[in-house]
Amino acid sequence: MEVNTDYDVIVIGAGPAGLAAAIEAYNENKSNVLLIERNDSLGGILPQCIHNGFGAIKFGNDLPGPEYAVRYEEQLRDLPVEIMLDTMVVDLTPDLDIYTMNSTQGYRHFRPRAVVLAMGCRERTRSQIRLPGTRAAGIYTAGTAQRLVNIEGYMPGNEIVILGSGDVGMIMARRFTIEGARVLSVLELLPYLTGLRRNFVQCLQDYDIPLHLSTTVNKIYGERRVEGIETVKVDEHLNHISGTEKFIKCDTLVLSVGLIPENELSRKAGVQLDPHTNGPIVDSDMATNVPGIYAAGNVAGIYDLVDYVSMAGEVAGRSAAVWASKQKVAAKAQAEEERPSITIKPGANVGSVIPQKVYFDDLDGRDIYLNMRPNALLERAVKVELSLDSEEIMSFREKYARPAEMIIRKLKPRDIDKLKAAGGHELIAGIS
Amino acid sequence: MNKVKKFDVVIIGAGVIGSMVARELSRYKLSVAVLEKEVDVGMGQSSSNSAIIHSGHDPEPGTMKARMNVRGNELWYKIVPELDIPLEKTGALIVAVGPEEQAGLYPLLEQGQKNGVSGLEILSREDVLSLEPHLTGDVTGALSTPTAGIVDAFQGVLGPAENAAMNGVEFILNAEVQGVVVEDGTLKAVETSQGPVEATWFINAAGIHSDEILHMVGDHPDFHISARRGEYFVFDSSAFRVSNVIFPMPSEKGKGILVTTTTHGNTMIGPNSNVIEDKEDHSVTESGMSEILDGARRLVPMISPRHVISTFAGLRATGNYKPPGHGKDFLLEVSKSVKGLITLAGVESPGYVSAPAIAEYVAEMLRGEGVVLEEKPDWNPKRSRIPRFKDMSHDERKEIIRENPAYGRIVCRCEEVTEGEVLQAIHSPIPATTYDAIKRRTWLGTGRCQGSFDYPRTMEILARELGMSMTEITKKGPGSVFLYRRTKEGVV
Repeated sequence: MEVNTDYDVIVIGAGPAGLAAAIEAYNENKSNVLLIERNDSLGGILPQCIHNGFGAIKFGNDLPGPEYAVRYEEQLRDLPVEIMLDTMVVDLTPDLDIYTMNSTQGYRHFRPRAVVLAMGCRERTRSQIRLPGTRAAGIYTAGTAQRLVNIEGYMPGNEIVILGSGDVGMIMARRFTIEGARVLSVLELLPYLTGLRRNFVQCLQDYDIPLHLSTTVNKIYGERRVEGIETVKVDEHLNHISGTEKFIKCDTLVLSVGLIPENELSRKAGVQLDPHTNGPIVDSDMATNVPGIYAAGNVAGIYDLVDYVSMAGEVAGRSAAVWASKQKVAAKAQAEEERPSITIKPGANVGSVIPQKVYFDDLDGRDIYLNMRPNALLERAVKVELSLDSEEIMSFREKYARPAEMIIRKLKPRDIDKLKAAGGHELIAGIS
Repeated sequence: MNKVKKFDVVIIGAGVIGSMVARELSRYKLSVAVLEKEVDVGMGQSSSNSAIIHSGHDPEPGTMKARMNVRGNELWYKIVPELDIPLEKTGALIVAVGPEEQAGLYPLLEQGQKNGVSGLEILSREDVLSLEPHLTGDVTGALSTPTAGIVDAFQGVLGPAENAAMNGVEFILNAEVQGVVVEDGTLKAVETSQGPVEATWFINAAGIHSDEILHMVGDHPDFHISARRGEYFVFDSSAFRVSNVIFPMPSEKGKGILVTTTTHGNTMIGPNSNVIEDKEDHSVTESGMSEILDGARRLVPMISPRHVISTFAGLRATGNYKPPGHGKDFLLEVSKSVKGLITLAGVESPGYVSAPAIAEYVAEMLRGEGVVLEEKPDWNPKRSRIPRFKDMSHDERKEIIRENPAYGRIVCRCEEVTEGEVLQAIHSPIPATTYDAIKRRTWLGTGRCQGSFDYPRTMEILARELGMSMTEITKKGPGSVFLYRRTKEGVV
C-alpha cells in the first residue's frame, strides 16, 4: 500500500484537545498538519453539550459547548490545516504508521513525523459496574442519551432514573426534564457528589430532582424494555444494606458512572499507560514514551474543565511540531538522561497527576501546569505538597479538595527553582 | 382472515436444534417451515450458553445425551467448513484439585471411553501447568479431551438457518404457537399469532417451552421443563486468555463453572446453575455474579472483575424425562399419543453440540415413519458469513472499501464493524430487523463500550433500510423500542 509521508503532524481526534493541538502545531513553524475526526463534524463531544460552562478561562466567557467548538473551528479555518471528517484511524504503530478509512477516500496509510493522540474518553458501562438484572432496551450511558436527545432529536425515555452523580448525568437530568420527561431520582453509590457542585445546584436542586447518596441499583426489571429498578442503600464499605431495597417504576435507566480515556490506539502503538489516569504517561511537553507520539486532553486522563483540555492540546501540538521540525530529532533522544527533570507520583488523597514528568530545560517562558485529581472529599482548607522522601519540596494551599474538581497549579518561577533543586528524583504529590 | 399455510414439515422453534433440523430437511424434496415466536432465530438458550462443542465424556453412557453428544461433536467439525462457522478445536481440561478430585478423574476417563470419545488422556500436574500457566498451583492433574472445541454460538444458529432459508425453508418469525388442532388422533395444524399453519409432520423444538407444546396435544402430561439459569462474565480481550476450555470436576449440578475463550478472543467464565420460576427471566443477579467469580477463581486465581465487559444469563431447558434404568435424558421420539409429531424436548447441555446429530436422528425417525426423503439435485450445502472487516489485512481492507464504500464507515468502533457489514446483516437470507439481530450477525456492540457509540448509528441505518421511523426500531422485537418520541413533541 502506498504510504503518504507528507505530514509533519497528524492529530487524531478533533475534540477540544485535537483542535487546539492542530492549531498550535501549525502556528509553531507552519507545519504541515492533518486533523482526523471520526464524526462528520468538528468539536468531538462539544456539539452535543448544548449547556453552558465552557470557556471561562480561555475566552473569559461562559459559553455553551457548540459555541466553544466554533471558536476553535474559526481559528482553524483560516489556517492551511487539512481535515478529514467521518474518518476512523484503525491502526497506529510505534513507527507512526497510521491507517485510516472512510467511505470517500478508502483505506489509507500515512507516516507523519509526529502524532498527537486526542481521542478523548468513553463512558463506563453497565457491565463495568456489574449491574444485575435484565438486558432490556432503555439502559443508556448519559453521553449516548445526550447524543440521542441533542443531536438526533429523540427522547429515549419518559420516566427516568439516573445512576451516578457525574456531570453528564446531572446535566441530562435537567435536559430530560425540560423535554417533558420525569426524572424520578439520581442515585450515587458514594457518600458524596461526584460531579461539580454547580451542576448539582443548577440541574438537580433547581428542578426538584432528588439525589440519593450511598444508594445504588440492585436490580433492573423488564425483559424487553426497562419496567423498573430496585435500589438499595450501601454502607461505608459500599456493601448493600439488606432491608433497604426499594422498587422504582421507570422505563429508562441512565448511567453516569465515570469516564475512561480511550486508549486503543495508544496501546497498539506501545504507549505506556499510567494505572492512575488510565491514560499515557506524559511529560510536561505532553510527550509519551514513544518518540514522536504526544497525548493531550481526556485521552491522557479525565479533566474537569474543557479549557484545561484545550491548553494541554496546545502544548502537545506545539511539542509535536517542534519534534517534527527535526531540529532536535537526534538530540532529544540522546539527551533524555541529562535533561533536568522530575517525575511525580500520586500520594495521599491524590488519585492521579498529569503530567507525570516535568522537564525544566527550554521552557522559553512557557507555563507548566500540574493537574491533580483528588480521590477524597475534604471540605476544608487543605495543603497540597510535593515531597521527596517525606521532605517538602514545595507546597500550596487550596480551599478544599473534591474528587469532582481538579487541583491545577501553574508552576511559578520559585516553584520551578525549588523543583529544579530536586532534579532527577521522583516526587510524591499529597493532600493533607 | 389469514390464509392457511400448509407444509410437509413444520419445525417449532428456531434455536440451534430447529435450525439444524431445518437445514437437514432442506436437502430433501419437502416443503418445510420454521415457526419462531421471537423476531429472529437463536434468541433463546442457543445464543446464551457456554458455546462449547463438548467431547462427550460427561453424559451417562447409554443415554441419548451421550450418543447425540459424541456424534454431534463429529458432525460439527464436518459442517463448519460448509457453513462458514467459526469453530476452534481447543480441547478441554477437566481439572482436579486435591487427592479426592484426582481419584475422580479415572472414572471420568472410563465413562468417556465408554461413550466412544477419542483421544482422552489423564495429564500430570506439570503437563497441565505447562499447557495452562494461569491455573492454580494447587492443581493435581486433569483429564484432557482434545476433541472439545469452542464455537461462535450466534453463527452456529445463523449458519444452518440461513443455509436452510437459501434452500427453500420458510422462516415464519413472530409466530408463537398458541394452540393445536388434533383430529382423529393426528396433529393437523397449529394456531399461531400469525394464523394457522398446517403440516403432515410437526417437529417440537421449542426449547424451554417444548413441554407446553407437548401438553397442548396431551402428550407426556408429567413431563416438565424447569428453567435453570446460568450466568456468565465476558472479559475484555486484552485481559488474560486460556488455550483450553477449563472445567472443574463435575457435580450433580452439572459440569460446573468453567473458564473458556470465545472465538472472538474474549475470556468467558460461568455458568452457575439456579432453578428459576420465570422461563423468560434472563436477569443476572448480584449473588450469581459473586458465585461464578468465586467458582472460576478456584481454577484461575488471577481472574479480576476489573476487565469484565459484559454479563449475561442463559436458561437451560431442564426436563424431568428419565429413560428406564438411566438418569435424566433428552426426550427425542416420535410421539406415541398423537400422530404427526416428533418431540425434541429437554435438550439442555450438551444440547448445542448435539444439534446436528439430533437433526440427523430426526431424518432417521421420519424415514422410520415411512416418509420418503428424496434428495434435491440442486441442494446447496454452502453458506458464507458476512466478511468481517476486523479480521482483514490492510490490503484486503483497502480492496473491500474500494469495492464497497459502505465498508469505509465504521459503525462500532470497539469491534470495528462497518456499515457494509450492517447492511449485509439487514439484507441477509434471514433479515436482521432489530439491534440485537445485527449484533448476533456482526458482533457489533459487544466490545468495551457495549453499544454506547453505535446505538444511534445502528438505529439510523435500520430505520433507513427498513423504511421505519427511529421510534419503531427495537432492541429485540415488539415491546423493546429504544426511543419514544421526537424532542419538542410536548409532555407525555
